[in-house]
Amino acid sequence: MTQQVPKISIKNIKKSFGSKTVLNGLNLDLFAGESLVVIGGSGTGKSVMLKNILGLLEPDSGSIEVDGSEVVGINSKEREKTLSKIGMLFQNAALFDSLTVWENVAFPLVQGKKASKETAKVAAFEKLKAVGLTEEVAELYPVEISGGMRKRVGLARAIVTEPEILFFDEPTTGLDPIMGDIINDLIVSCVKTLGATALSITHDMASAFKIADRIAMLYQGKIIWLGNAKDIRNSGNDYVEQFINGRANGPIKMEFRKI
Amino acid sequence: MVLALQSYTGFARFNAEGAIANVVVLSITRELAPVLAGLMVAGRIGAAMAAEIGTMRVTEQIDALSTLSTNPFNYLVVPRIISGTIALPFLVIVADVIGVMGGYLVSVYKLGFNPTIYLQKTWEFVQPIDIISGLVKASFFGFLISLLGCYHGYNSDGGAQGVGRATTNAVVGASILILAANYILTEVFFSNIQ
Repeated sequence: MTQQVPKISIKNIKKSFGSKTVLNGLNLDLFAGESLVVIGGSGTGKSVMLKNILGLLEPDSGSIEVDGSEVVGINSKEREKTLSKIGMLFQNAALFDSLTVWENVAFPLVQGKKASKETAKVAAFEKLKAVGLTEEVAELYPVEISGGMRKRVGLARAIVTEPEILFFDEPTTGLDPIMGDIINDLIVSCVKTLGATALSITHDMASAFKIADRIAMLYQGKIIWLGNAKDIRNSGNDYVEQFINGRANGPIKMEFRKI
Repeated sequence: MVLALQSYTGFARFNAEGAIANVVVLSITRELAPVLAGLMVAGRIGAAMAAEIGTMRVTEQIDALSTLSTNPFNYLVVPRIISGTIALPFLVIVADVIGVMGGYLVSVYKLGFNPTIYLQKTWEFVQPIDIISGLVKASFFGFLISLLGCYHGYNSDGGAQGVGRATTNAVVGASILILAANYILTEVFFSNIQ
């Protein structure tokens, strides 16, 4: 990577919930056009990190910059401006139950960009087609479709505004391996077509290898390893070794407590 | 209807049966319609709001709204509060009419009052302030119900259990606030008159 301004720059953020420290001085730079995957066990603060960048949670200290401008502690107007650059696929897709599939996909255009319903509908159908969903599905409600389809709809909704930055929160969790791979392929192709910068969090190594240019390992609120995806097999780091090989025994001791 | 019957048995003890029409219309427009409708709506709509918004919260739909450059507060809460404030008075108008009708039916068909005189007394006795105060109360209660429903739903956490708790809190909180606000509003409206 050359010396460019990082698309997203996280500097020394800390976040605790009560006495439980979740992020403990996390540093991470994300460069334009790359796909970075953050891996880490359950409860190591991966989702909390994403929520801090999105402004859904406020870090206790530290700084987060998106495109060189600070996003910690900004007002809601500036926040909206920042968020309009970001598309997010939630872990459970987080589709709006009260809207049909295509209305869900059209939502960011109608609400965020104030597009007319007709243009939004055309764009929504186009994106649904891009993620491999037919027009019959578009008229259904989110509760009427399968988990894999919901993920696809969530993906279509995330890319419909053609954002510069895409976040994926455990894109393959809860899917069978084949559907997981299909979603991975879709993510890769979406990120490529948009030329977007992607930040994903996952604990599914197959998914990480597929979509990552670089991989970062999060453990106890810090990045303990960061490198190219192909180098992770020879990381020489006991923690990373244990995680990617999925061994119960090793330096990582699971804490059986939910955040 | 019960009110007419009860007032009759009570008033009959001191030969004041003639005042039933007045008692019925006053108590319904001023108190019973807004308070009972408020409590019912708190159980029905307030709970529904808390459950719906609470579910949206625990399934990350509210987070999704913010990431889609939509202020979840403006999108979810404000319209509900406005509609709650506007809708309840209309419900109370219906309750007023039905309540007075019920009193009329019991008085005329069971207690043998003259229908014309009963209606005439009702009309003569009721003042605009009686109805208006009831409607103002209703819109205030509607505001409280939707506010508490949204507040508890919006701040719910902890999965299905959290949503259940939010619903309970919304109904209980709204009911208590309705009863308390009712006293205060009555004080405001009627302490200077009499």
